Amino acid sequence: MKRIKGGEEDGNGSSSESSPEACKKVRTQTSEDETPESDWVRLPQELLLHVFQYLPLLDRAYASQVCRRWNQAFHMPELWRYFEFELNQPASSYLKATHPDLIKQIITRHSNHLQYVSFKVDSSTESAEAACNILSQLVNCSLKTLGLISTARPSFMEVPKSHFISALTVVFVNSKSLSSLKIDDTPVDDPSLKVLVANNRDTLKLLKMSSCPHVSPAGILCVADQCYGLRELALNYHLLSDELLLALSSEKHVHLEHLRIDVVSENPGQHFHTIKKTSWDAMVRHSPKFNLVMYFFLYEDEFGPFFNEEVPVTHLYFGRSVSKEVLGRVGLHCPRLVELVVCANGLRPLDEELIRIAKRCTQLSAIGLGECEVSCSAFVEFVKLCGRRLSQLSIMEEVLIPDHKYSLDEIHWEVSKHLGRVWFPDMMPTW
Amino acid sequence: MVHTCVHWFRKGLRLHDNPALMAALRDCQELYPVFILDPHLHNDTCVGINRWRFLVGALRDLDCSLRKLNSRLFVVRGKPEEVFPELFDKWKVTKLTYEYDTEPYSLSRDQTVTTLAKEHRVEVLYKISHTLYDIDRMIEENNGKAPLTYNRMRAIVKTLGPPKKPIPAPTMEDMKDVKTPCSENHEQKYEMPTLGELGHDTAALGEEQFPGGEQESLRRLDEHMKRTGWVCGFEKPQTSPNSLSPSTTVLSPYVTFGCLSARTFWWRLAEVYQGKKHSDPPVSLHGQLLWREFFYTASVGIPNFNKMEGNPVCTQVDWDTNPEYLAAWREARTGFPFIDAIMTQLRQEGWIHHLARHAVACFLTRGDLWISWEEGQKVFEELLLDGDWALNAGNWQWLSASAFFHQFFRVYSPVAFGKKTDKNGDYIKKYLPLLKKLPAEYIYEPWKAPRSVQQAAGCIVGKDYPHPIAQHEVISKKNIQRMKLAYAKKSTDAAGSPSKKKSVKRSAPSVVDMLRKKDRGK
Repeated sequence: MKRIKGGEEDGNGSSSESSPEACKKVRTQTSEDETPESDWVRLPQELLLHVFQYLPLLDRAYASQVCRRWNQAFHMPELWRYFEFELNQPASSYLKATHPDLIKQIITRHSNHLQYVSFKVDSSTESAEAACNILSQLVNCSLKTLGLISTARPSFMEVPKSHFISALTVVFVNSKSLSSLKIDDTPVDDPSLKVLVANNRDTLKLLKMSSCPHVSPAGILCVADQCYGLRELALNYHLLSDELLLALSSEKHVHLEHLRIDVVSENPGQHFHTIKKTSWDAMVRHSPKFNLVMYFFLYEDEFGPFFNEEVPVTHLYFGRSVSKEVLGRVGLHCPRLVELVVCANGLRPLDEELIRIAKRCTQLSAIGLGECEVSCSAFVEFVKLCGRRLSQLSIMEEVLIPDHKYSLDEIHWEVSKHLGRVWFPDMMPTW
Repeated sequence: MVHTCVHWFRKGLRLHDNPALMAALRDCQELYPVFILDPHLHNDTCVGINRWRFLVGALRDLDCSLRKLNSRLFVVRGKPEEVFPELFDKWKVTKLTYEYDTEPYSLSRDQTVTTLAKEHRVEVLYKISHTLYDIDRMIEENNGKAPLTYNRMRAIVKTLGPPKKPIPAPTMEDMKDVKTPCSENHEQKYEMPTLGELGHDTAALGEEQFPGGEQESLRRLDEHMKRTGWVCGFEKPQTSPNSLSPSTTVLSPYVTFGCLSARTFWWRLAEVYQGKKHSDPPVSLHGQLLWREFFYTASVGIPNFNKMEGNPVCTQVDWDTNPEYLAAWREARTGFPFIDAIMTQLRQEGWIHHLARHAVACFLTRGDLWISWEEGQKVFEELLLDGDWALNAGNWQWLSASAFFHQFFRVYSPVAFGKKTDKNGDYIKKYLPLLKKLPAEYIYEPWKAPRSVQQAAGCIVGKDYPHPIAQHEVISKKNIQRMKLAYAKKSTDAAGSPSKKKSVKRSAPSVVDMLRKKDRGK
């Protein structure tokens, strides 16, 4: 670490004196006041910095009040690389907000130190607008990561689109080395993605943009076509296309590590397009180890386009009710399946479907069943087939239907035997 | 030595299975059975009118039973730490007995009173009979920690053996040498509390579904135990949350107030079970009592059990503060008939089925409204007849997936869940009569009914009945992500430095002032 003497070396700090002079001043002052025993003054600045890095912001701030030297350490660039702006309206949020004066200080003294920044906003539009205002002022910033997190409602969507886009563009244009970008639930659009790509194509590795309704498949394709370093991508199903998958599998492209797709139905009866098997095959060939995470929030009768052919999904999550029939297709067509969560299914037992999944999804290591039904015998059969590979087996007690072979009490022994550890179903207390 | 003894009733409002009371009678010449109306506990915020009525009923019943033994109940108003020194002097008390209570407020209050008693040379004796087992012993058996799973607790219970057998109520024989000096103006000085005493609006009171008192509790116990088939086959999850009359025993309020001894209940069940095939814990009736034991143990072993902050087992979640949402939930106007019907029954009768509790608790917290479980806890404490500090805190944490339970993807649908056991929505029609005329197709989702149907039923959504407060499908999806974040944070959070709450006086606004946590006005 570069040894920094006294004040900051860059001219952006509030101290107007040049470094050596400031240093001398400090040294004279302290040597007059200091008793000979005190070695604090001789603690090298870099050690002080190291210690400060362990302190949470509030404690660091207290420390900065102790003396000028500690105050200077507090303002060293290294301590301002990471910052999370928390913006919320006091009347409606438990969360603590970053004080506006601190925000001002950061913008004036530290904006060019910031590298890893996130904004957490609550459900109010004012908070999202405040975030955009700050973003617009980060002109001297060369950000590596940026995260816009709306904790409750998608409040960035309430901000006038142009305001949001121009704020975001400031960052895209000035950063030029953005590596990670999280902009889920925002009004980002195709042109702004073009700006992102134009300035950061060589560095972009992670892009999360689920629920961004103003982006089109062409917009995201532009990203895939030019950002060859992209390793993680999260988006909604309507943006997924055969072209996108092929772009991500092109020779120049790095191996993709993580692709998350949210399949969300806004209204019952929505239609979804299909992706060709050949596109998925290309993905698997190019990135054999990639995780394909799919979250389904569909109504039961909307699953028509899905699971009719082999799909390389690894983590599958059904947020609403999914039919027995579809789960049967999952067993047939998801050979890479590692994790399966079924929130709700209905009142018909999933016996055959589960057994098929155990037989054919040889990588399965975690399963969770919420509101479903499985007969105890079938469940034991399931665990016999894949128990040794299951690190997580989360079944609600009410899922298991006792039958002539097993009662609820007996089943936990059988299952524990085949799992190789003590297992009980998840229960709900009887209040 | 002969004693002048005060037996202090707090919970344990009964004569049967009351070892502390029996201990009071030993070598006793004068007995004063006392109940203290403590303004900290007995005020109109903590105690809703149904709870109050139940308590008053229980006290009257106690007084009645004591009279049969030539004694009386003394209801004293004031704070225990102020009331007792006076009584010790006035009555020349030499012994004080009470049933042990594990709640933090009780422990500290009892500590204070014990110190005062010592100063007045009063011997203090307490007995454990509110829980099946000695909770501290249970924790000891688990290496000094409260078990965090029901099954772990069952294992400990196995090693401890069955709970102690209950002891009978005192008889005239036990009381033969005991006097309870009663003055002529006993009625004025120590009168039974009235319904209006706390300031509730008694006109709002509905019909009493569950009268308080030991006699009533024993009668109900007898009635239920006669149905041996039902008792043996009982599996609580199979009972219905929205049947028109309760599908479970509803003995819980009596056990909470101590009108019915948990051990008595346990051993009566054991009698019924004997030699017969029966369901097992956790779903059986024995299982219910063990759930209670589980949460009592957790409440003793886990600090700050009724809060999120400072509670080591509770996931720290960034719940929203939304008074609008909370009021709508509390006042049964969320626009979801299933939820609103349950909250209506709760307010009117003071009791709802446990699955109904699950549904509304999930809805308030991680399912839909994303409001802290601590708010729900307060409402239940006020309204539930069987509202119990330990069980309330424990169950709210469980249902909000904050502790004990982590399968947060399993969310109760405010529309679909009730339909399973009540397709026609009869329960909804009973408690929300304005929706009575809606066809079964729309009764769980009235906003989906065409305008003509709403008009025909005399119930327009947005006018006569509120719009749904949240779009369940949309918001539950967001909430699952928020829960994931909270869980992720849990595993990466290093032990942070304790937050400093004291302000530092500075002349100019310092960075410290800027960072100080803002007031969390509770």
